[in-house]
Amino acid sequence: MAESVMKKRAGWRVKLEPRLDVPPAWYPPLVSLGAIVLALFLGGLLISAVGGNPLKSYAHIARASFGNIGVLSDTIVKATPIILTALACSIAFRMKLWNIGAEGQFIMGAWGASAVVLAPIVPAGASRWVFIPVMIIAGVALGAVWGFLPGYLKAKFNVNEIISTLMLNYIAIFWVNYWVFAVWTEGGFQMSPKFPDAAWLPRLADYGKQITAFRGLTTHGGLILGIIAAVVVWFVIYRSRWGYEIRLIGDNPHAAEYAGVNITRNTVYVMALSGALAGLGGMSEVAGVIHRLQTAPIAAGYGFTGIIVAWLAKLNPIVIIFVSVLFGALILAGREIQPSGIPKMIQGIILVCLIASDYLLRYRVRIVKGEEE
Amino acid sequence: MDPIVILSAGVATGTVLFFAALGEVFAERSGVLNLGVEGMMLIGAMSAFSVANSLGNPWLGIVVAMIAAGLISQIHAYIVITLQADQVVSGLALTFVGTGISLVLGEGLSKAGTVAQIPALSVPLLSQIPFLGPIFFTNQSVLVYLGYLIAPLAWYYINRTRPGLHLRAVGEYPSAADALGINVFALRYWYVFVGGMLAGLGGATLSLAVSPGWFSELTTNGQGWIAVGLVIFAQWDPIRAALGSYAFGALRRMILDIQGPLTLFGFDNPFYYNSYLGFFLQMIPYAFTVIVLVIGSREAIRKRLGSPAALGVPYIRGERGK
Repeated sequence: MAESVMKKRAGWRVKLEPRLDVPPAWYPPLVSLGAIVLALFLGGLLISAVGGNPLKSYAHIARASFGNIGVLSDTIVKATPIILTALACSIAFRMKLWNIGAEGQFIMGAWGASAVVLAPIVPAGASRWVFIPVMIIAGVALGAVWGFLPGYLKAKFNVNEIISTLMLNYIAIFWVNYWVFAVWTEGGFQMSPKFPDAAWLPRLADYGKQITAFRGLTTHGGLILGIIAAVVVWFVIYRSRWGYEIRLIGDNPHAAEYAGVNITRNTVYVMALSGALAGLGGMSEVAGVIHRLQTAPIAAGYGFTGIIVAWLAKLNPIVIIFVSVLFGALILAGREIQPSGIPKMIQGIILVCLIASDYLLRYRVRIVKGEEE
Repeated sequence: MDPIVILSAGVATGTVLFFAALGEVFAERSGVLNLGVEGMMLIGAMSAFSVANSLGNPWLGIVVAMIAAGLISQIHAYIVITLQADQVVSGLALTFVGTGISLVLGEGLSKAGTVAQIPALSVPLLSQIPFLGPIFFTNQSVLVYLGYLIAPLAWYYINRTRPGLHLRAVGEYPSAADALGINVFALRYWYVFVGGMLAGLGGATLSLAVSPGWFSELTTNGQGWIAVGLVIFAQWDPIRAALGSYAFGALRRMILDIQGPLTLFGFDNPFYYNSYLGFFLQMIPYAFTVIVLVIGSREAIRKRLGSPAALGVPYIRGERGK
């Protein structure tokens, strides 16, 4: 390994050397935090460049998302789908499978769960104990199919999964549009009829009679699904043999192959599992928030935000929960900010700064004086 | 459903894809995978439209679009070439950033209405050629003709010139290129910049010639990603990229036109009587991209062709085995 040294005749030099040791536990989160601060600063520069007031924008985001228990609950509602899409991305990214299709898998999951109510697969008068499990199964299954397809194409024909998953995102939107417009439309509007109450995930507000503090709170059962999923994914990745294989393939596919790990089969399984998680997210969104099938609120970009969150959480399922809350806040508060592209732009800048900051984990930057050595 | 109309429109819309795909060919030939094409195209489309709107000069719009998209591509270049980060994630990030910035700066542009466009013209003699004349040389934008010129020139540059040889060397075997005194880092920066400029040109072609206007994300609506897919199908060859792009453009036009006539092949046209079936037609370009990838990958395996050997691998001086 050559020395990358920026030479100066005399005085101070910036010296970069590869890290050989593992940095202390507090170091990576600190670097990530620094990256986010830098991203917010750069975003602020751009906001003021278009005539906005960055401090006002950021203060607004903080107030409108964490200001009181009501908006905090709304923030968690926005975080719920992101937890599941980020989990979906994290397990695929762990194997270096670039599933960019969590968006489409999420949409198909939402469609599958809606079909249970609208087709109908479960008769209208059934109880919540029938509706919710069947909707979960349908959402997970449809998401898994939408993940399986690119996984199979990758395993069988070596088709680049980035492109195929992205293309399936668009196809999923047209698919849902067809059903919303042509089959399940409510009186010609671009949405299905509202689901019966039994097909709603329970919300905190439902218990407002017993516990007054819960009155008006929108947080719903999808959060519990998300947290359970995060714990399960954590166990799979870090504590199971399969998870070990996935990590091994991701870190060193050649070593995995020599160790007898079946990469082809794991590609298909992991993509299907990834899709299933995103599909569960879609189910949670229609059953917990929208309560009907409608394209725009489902295809709202949760799948893409999931990519950033997974990366920011360093693919750690438990960390994903907390990072999702931050991004939920950004999305919730960002809706009222003008120009409307600002939340998206800030998400992008955060991702750029994060990726760049990884360099500091691999290299040690030292500023040294004079011509030592 | 006039085949000449479909093919002629296909060449026009395909030119957008071609510029973007050609840019990606250059970047990938140098060993850098840039998935930010969609974002760079949006930057190009937005800045071209914005300049044409405020200054009234579409040509200046094209120039600004190319520079803007080229500059934004350098974020990716810095992250993957100097900081050696993962090219896939960085490219995605570039798409987010490009989309976000173009939405923020393009706020209000969608109400701008019509602006001065790049003129269209017919080539005197060539447009008289039966069949080919009306398709390729009649009433096409100047940018379409630019595409005809660039495609063979790019092929010649990559395959037959000394700088082209350096480009390929850097993408196939960077350490050998380095040993011969070729500046791997500088060349990679440069070709990512070229790729960005061409993606910007593609975006500008969209907003100033093919479908004039600024419609936020819907301006490109995934065409940047289709372009990335086309590069794999084209096996990193400019001519194949051009032909693939034109064919794709024709396909996009065909699914629009197929909904028009009352009958189709002597039967009642289902797409006319049930307009909702149009959603399935709209899926076709995206489904077709996947099919094209399957074909491209199979062909690559059969002919033992492949991506540039060092594609996606950061070059670190002095590291073994690279």
